Amino acid sequence: MNEIKTPDARAETPDSKVDASLRLPLLALFGGAAFWLVAGSVLAMIASIKFHAPDFLAACPWLTYGRVQPAADDALLYGFCIPAGLGVALWLLAQLGQTPLRGALVPVVAAKLWHLGVLIGLIGILSGNSTGFAWLEFPRAGSVVLFFAYLLLALWAIMNFAARRDHALNPSHWFLVAALFWFPWIYSTANLFLVAWPARGIVQAIIGWWFANNLIFIWLALVGIGVMFYFLPKFSGRPLRNYYLALFAFWTLILFGTWCGIPPGAPLPAWMPVLSSVGATLTVVPVLAVAVIAWQTICGSNHCEPKGGPFCFIRFGTLSFVLASLMLISTACPRISRVTEFTWFGPAQTQLQLYGFFAMTMFGAIYYLLPRVVGVELPFPKLARLQFWLSMLGVLLFIVPLAIGGVVQGMKLNNPNFAFMDATKAMLPFLRTSTVGLLLILLGNLLFALNIFAMTFIWEKSLVKKAYAIVIAPLKNQEVKA
Amino acid sequence: MKNGFWIFLAVFVTLGGSWCGFVLAPELQLGGAKQTTVLNTSDVYPVGRPGEATQGSSVYRANGCAACHTEQVRQTGMTCGVTLTEAGKNPQAVTNLISSLVLTNLTKEEADAASAKITAAGGKTEIHIAATGPDIARGWGMRQSVAEDYLYDQPVQLGNLRAGPDLANAGARTDANWQLLHLYAPQSVVKGSAMPPFRYLFEVRKIGREPSPDVLKLPPEFAPPAGYEVVPQPEARELAAYLLSLRANAPLYSAPISP
Repeated sequence: MNEIKTPDARAETPDSKVDASLRLPLLALFGGAAFWLVAGSVLAMIASIKFHAPDFLAACPWLTYGRVQPAADDALLYGFCIPAGLGVALWLLAQLGQTPLRGALVPVVAAKLWHLGVLIGLIGILSGNSTGFAWLEFPRAGSVVLFFAYLLLALWAIMNFAARRDHALNPSHWFLVAALFWFPWIYSTANLFLVAWPARGIVQAIIGWWFANNLIFIWLALVGIGVMFYFLPKFSGRPLRNYYLALFAFWTLILFGTWCGIPPGAPLPAWMPVLSSVGATLTVVPVLAVAVIAWQTICGSNHCEPKGGPFCFIRFGTLSFVLASLMLISTACPRISRVTEFTWFGPAQTQLQLYGFFAMTMFGAIYYLLPRVVGVELPFPKLARLQFWLSMLGVLLFIVPLAIGGVVQGMKLNNPNFAFMDATKAMLPFLRTSTVGLLLILLGNLLFALNIFAMTFIWEKSLVKKAYAIVIAPLKNQEVKA
Repeated sequence: MKNGFWIFLAVFVTLGGSWCGFVLAPELQLGGAKQTTVLNTSDVYPVGRPGEATQGSSVYRANGCAACHTEQVRQTGMTCGVTLTEAGKNPQAVTNLISSLVLTNLTKEEADAASAKITAAGGKTEIHIAATGPDIARGWGMRQSVAEDYLYDQPVQLGNLRAGPDLANAGARTDANWQLLHLYAPQSVVKGSAMPPFRYLFEVRKIGREPSPDVLKLPPEFAPPAGYEVVPQPEARELAAYLLSLRANAPLYSAPISP
């Protein structure tokens, strides 16, 4: 708990000092993230419209569906989720440890490098140089840049953690430090064995599933829950209930959750899908533990804030995490998988995980911490609250129809009396609704980016004013002295 | 910090467990896989793709075809049937026996039992195995996909969404002309298709002194203006060659069917 004061006499570093040390790295991370968030949702809109009008932008190879769709997914994951998660993790570790970040220039450069990597990767996909592996589409040049940018950021976060002044360990520490450490491992494995020296035949698919699960489910869950377990008690004004259950959730998540991801029907030796299904079934334990912790921590709190504030984002993120995880676990059951596999149920689950859970949690955290870090009030607080409603409604309008439509589609695909075209046609109304959902998400993302950019602008303007004041100040002083 | 080291080690081992299970172990078991043989023959399987099809695989990758198409067939079960190949010395007895037996839609054990009875009566039999399941009934393949099918794929593009039909056996049900027409104007061969056209893989050009031999014969509503012709570029040909090379129907030990 950050409320616990260390008894030793050393002076506590004021929060503001910690915040100020993080200003530049966080602005670099979140600014780029906000840009990719909007870019990603524009790409997702283009991809979605193609289902209603296949001819839409069809003459341009850069905007064909098979390139735009993975580019949109990767822009959301690599462009927004990971840098936003890293930024919030940096802040959280520095806050919890009451230690200002040293050498802030390196994380600033690393953040710029990360966003450059995303740019290279997205251009790679759109120009037809995708690697062809889900969630690893970025060509080699982009991946290498991303990898080293990540290493620098993680190294600085860990060094800050190691030098912390407040030695008390918080459950958030466990989740965040494990996440910082896990990404380089999975990302290097996937790039080495899929892109640099590709494994043979079907082994590629297995490594691909392992990587995708560990990135999208485990990494996001570790960071997201770490952030959640800091903010839920903070907003509800009650301690986390309770410490040991949180550690239990941590250990069971990394013990079982890392084995999910291989579909039950995969063309593999039987032990692999079976083992994966067992892992997924046991993953119910940490998911329920997180649900119980969140419920007991929030329930009965009398915290009041305007509807749509950071607490709302984080609560919605928590709920989405539980739902998305349960959806994921259900598809590991062979009977359910037989219907939902290869349908829109999968993309619905992924979107709930990426946007409903992770991005929403990050929005809440960023709206809370960025004004403190930059020292500038949120320029458009009403628009930030409006974003909550737009994003929430957008997620619901995207997920619910696609999940239901996916089941309908799966039942039709499983009944050979229905022509294939029937299953595709049956999806159309659901896809239309999901496009409306994407539009709302796009609007919400624009409001987020607007707030972040306006805040950066105001801060830069104040810098210029200060600089200007410094430039003219000595003259005035001399005049007074004279 | 002593404690910290042990915690780190425990996290390392826990996370590393899944790496050993789903990276190292599969690599050890399948990473050195070699060609196998087609059931009851000495033919090797799979054979590498011809050069044009290999290039087509990278066109398939570059354009993200796997975003909407899978290359994996599922089967839910199999049925066996018994057929008489020789009546033997006592045809009357065998015929009487057969009329009392069920010889189709059997499990493997039932088929073996029926076959044994007929053999005991002096006849000779053959057991046929057929895969069942919606994918099979749709004509997407004769058997489920197995690990062996992907030995030479680089990258392996299984796909995870069927916005379009499965392509594991696209080569067995279409020809080059159909593929090219379908790539240029999907709706010209599949009414109501949601597939975007890949016109950028083709060239629409003025007809020279005489029409190109490769010209695409399109139905009137998709044809270019008079005096123009549509000619596939090399990428379109390669992609079509790749799609035609997709055949995963060979009977294997791990996926037995009767040809």
